[in-house]
Amino acid sequence: MLAFIVRRMIQAAIVLLTVALIAFVMFRFVGDPVNQIVGIETTAADRAEMRETLGLNDPVIIQFGRFVGRMARFDFGMSYQFRQPVSELFAERLPATLELAVISMVLAVGVGIPMGVFSALYRDSLSAKLMQVLSLVGISLPTFLIGILLIYVFSVQLGWLPSYGRGETVTIGGWSTGLLTGSGLLALIMPSVTLGLFQMTLIMRLVRAEMMEVLRTDYIKFAHARGLPDRVVHFGHALKNTLVPVITVVGLELGSVIAFAIITETVFQWPGMGLLFLQAVQNADIPIMAGYLMLIGVLFVIINLAVDLLYAAVDPRIKTTASAG
Amino acid sequence: MTDIPTNEPVLSVRDLHVDFSTRRGALKAIDGISFDIAPGEVLGVVGESGAGKSVTGSAVVGLIEPPGHISGGEIRLAGRRIDNLGAEEMRRVRGKEIGMIFQDPLTSLNPLYRIGDQLTETIRTHLPLSARAARARAIDLLADVGIPAPEQRIDSYPHEFSGGMRQRVVIALALAAEPKLVVADEPTTALDVSVQAQIIALIKKLCAERGTAVMLVTHDMGVIAETADQVAVMYAGRIVEKGPVADIIGRPMHPYARGLMSAIPSLVSDADRLVQIPGSMPRLASLPDGCAFHPRCDRCFDICTTLRPEPEPRGARRVACHLYTHEEMAS
Amino acid sequence: MTPDTPSQNTTKAGFMARLRDHDMTASFLSSKVTVGAAIVTVLLMAGALLAPLLVASDPFDPTTVFIMDSHLPPFWIDGADPRFVLGTDDQGRDLLAAILYGLRVSLSISILGVLFATILGVGLGLVAGYVGGTVDAFIMRVADVQLTFPVILVALLIDGMVHGALKGVGQEDTAFGVLVFSITLSFWVKYARVVRGSTLVERNKDYVHAARLVGLPSFIIMLRHVLPNVLGPVLVILTINFGLAIIAEATLSFLGVGLPPTEPSLGTLIRIGQQFLFSGEWWIVLFPGLTLAALVLAVNLLGDWLRDALNPKLR
Repeated sequence: MLAFIVRRMIQAAIVLLTVALIAFVMFRFVGDPVNQIVGIETTAADRAEMRETLGLNDPVIIQFGRFVGRMARFDFGMSYQFRQPVSELFAERLPATLELAVISMVLAVGVGIPMGVFSALYRDSLSAKLMQVLSLVGISLPTFLIGILLIYVFSVQLGWLPSYGRGETVTIGGWSTGLLTGSGLLALIMPSVTLGLFQMTLIMRLVRAEMMEVLRTDYIKFAHARGLPDRVVHFGHALKNTLVPVITVVGLELGSVIAFAIITETVFQWPGMGLLFLQAVQNADIPIMAGYLMLIGVLFVIINLAVDLLYAAVDPRIKTTASAG
Repeated sequence: MTDIPTNEPVLSVRDLHVDFSTRRGALKAIDGISFDIAPGEVLGVVGESGAGKSVTGSAVVGLIEPPGHISGGEIRLAGRRIDNLGAEEMRRVRGKEIGMIFQDPLTSLNPLYRIGDQLTETIRTHLPLSARAARARAIDLLADVGIPAPEQRIDSYPHEFSGGMRQRVVIALALAAEPKLVVADEPTTALDVSVQAQIIALIKKLCAERGTAVMLVTHDMGVIAETADQVAVMYAGRIVEKGPVADIIGRPMHPYARGLMSAIPSLVSDADRLVQIPGSMPRLASLPDGCAFHPRCDRCFDICTTLRPEPEPRGARRVACHLYTHEEMAS
Repeated sequence: MTPDTPSQNTTKAGFMARLRDHDMTASFLSSKVTVGAAIVTVLLMAGALLAPLLVASDPFDPTTVFIMDSHLPPFWIDGADPRFVLGTDDQGRDLLAAILYGLRVSLSISILGVLFATILGVGLGLVAGYVGGTVDAFIMRVADVQLTFPVILVALLIDGMVHGALKGVGQEDTAFGVLVFSITLSFWVKYARVVRGSTLVERNKDYVHAARLVGLPSFIIMLRHVLPNVLGPVLVILTINFGLAIIAEATLSFLGVGLPPTEPSLGTLIRIGQQFLFSGEWWIVLFPGLTLAALVLAVNLLGDWLRDALNPKLR
């Protein structure tokens, strides 16, 4: 088990180094860092001096090492647009995005899994077929279109829900949360539905497919042959085996949700990381882009690691092969 | 029925039909078969893949997969009709009165559950035992099937056992509620040759001790020769010959049964090499007229291509072949 | 297990043979939904292709657009102008014409992007599988890392980097190329994995060794054997990717990093129209939105059908 964790850690480190390399290339070679910092009126001598103080004349490998060192201390540099440290900007914006992503994922899992199980068990029923059609529509509708549609119905026509922002937030220990106020919760409804819908349909379709696969296996047939009640076979044996691969996907999708938050945050003007990143892309604010990439990379790696460990905890077969290998 | 003792059979199948509905109409997977199994008796069901052996086994336990379904005949378990039971009633019969052993022990057990959990859940589904008592019974069962150190092994996962050991666990599961009948579908096919004999001996011994009847589905004539009391030879959804094992192995009558027997190396005394039956079994969708075996039969004559032979008694056995009805007519 | 299993035959039979198989045609015709999806796809593509013939004037030619015609509703609402069936936007552009021209742009980008991605992915997969060693390891590691990140994020990053590198060049001139480039680089991974797997299988077959022995270019010979095998999966991935690429393009344009309002795609039109949602001019956003949704849904339905039809196991 320990060897397994160590091996995964090494893999994670390699992935992070690759991401850091991409971020570094972006930072160092896409556009001139000096040009981004100084104005047009700066003299050539000043620029040259700046290059020297920024260490831009050192060998590239040393610059990369320095870059990784700064990244490890969460020092992502100064934003070109805001003239403010990127890490400070991230600290302000991260709670909004994380709250949105987690609530969306809870929604997607909480609704997607039961729907998937139902449509696998009663695959010929009318409602299962309806779900299948709806899920295809859910996958086909672009996220932003769903958001706009919701805004039109619930904000413009009905006037029930706010169409932008987080509502009132409460700050607890540097973490601003919208979960504790009425307006904050109201504001969360449409963005989280918009963001979670795609994942929900995805999870539903995945659970359905996996479950149908599991229901065909010998051990399920044998469980029926042993005379176990359908309830035990379906919700015990079949569901447990179905959820093993689903764990992986749900974990990875949590990462996607944070990335897809870019779109949802744009539609609902949600003051999170995604909106910040998008502004950075539009204005070629490289430090924010590089920092965001690193942060997402770290997040994905952590999620991957957690998923692997969880997987090993659920599936006894992994543990032995892992400790054996 | 002449070949059945006076006491009531455990399993009695009469004129069973199983159809598979497809877009192009119903395929007859089982086309009117009848047989009985007496208490403590082992019936071997042999034939090539696709002959309908496994479907017969599935029909008995009520687990035919859609689009297959029983379209005629009846199945009685100890006199009680079970082919028309509701889903819930049939579930109570499965595991309790009929145990089942599948072909591949590697896939028969749920990999995520400890074998002890799979045993106790089966025991407690069918018997009113406490968790503690069920566990004790599970340990006894594991000891019965020859698992060493069952007190420790009961908490292992399936992947920690070898194939042969897993099949022993499967047998323990099949016998968990003391069924009257065990349906074993190719129980040794997926195992190493060295283990096959042990498993067959184990099934035979345990069922003999408990007086459990066995329906042993296999394509391995060697297994039948060692284990079975009665044999039913199936071809294209029908029983072509049925009778005591010694008769059929020693002197097969149906040309197909003869072909099968001559394919067993140890039993062919005067042949240097194995005889093959030419051709392959027809697909269910395109069964020939008359006797389904006639295109491959070396003794086929005119009537075989038009008239389907019905099973006729020949001493202790029943044979479905025109060869013998004609003999009789001639004599 | 069963001696008469025809699995060997089905895997070896080429894609074209399976296409001719009447089961596939039957499954196509038996599903009304699939036929409907095919019709919608063809209609939308035809509309995009024939846009200049279908509408009177280019809606993005400032000389033919008049501000007096702005904010007109579709034909069934009071105050509509019969010249503009689906109404007009804030500039006075005919919405129907804008949609058809937008569709043209969206489809061109998606088709080009997916086509390049297919070529790139199939090529890299072949090379990775055939050459093996470090080259294989490198290509597949890059694929792994990229696969961890959602396509839209990859596309955004590429977009941002290109803009950073090409500072000073107007968005109008580069947008089209940048989008195609982003889609190409975001969508090659799945092809590469499938093709690599199939190449690895073929590489060790006897005919490849034989070809090498007689001095023939085994790579070329193998290619002839690999491509027919992977044509089915590649076509399925292509269809799925096409749907995803349409969404990706629309999303990027909606986010404001894609096509500018002077050369709008469907996503840009929705971005523009969103601003008028609160003033009650819902048609400016709804019609482009519906068109986009119909297109993606139709393409996805075709992809679903293709996947099921080519993979009998799933049926």
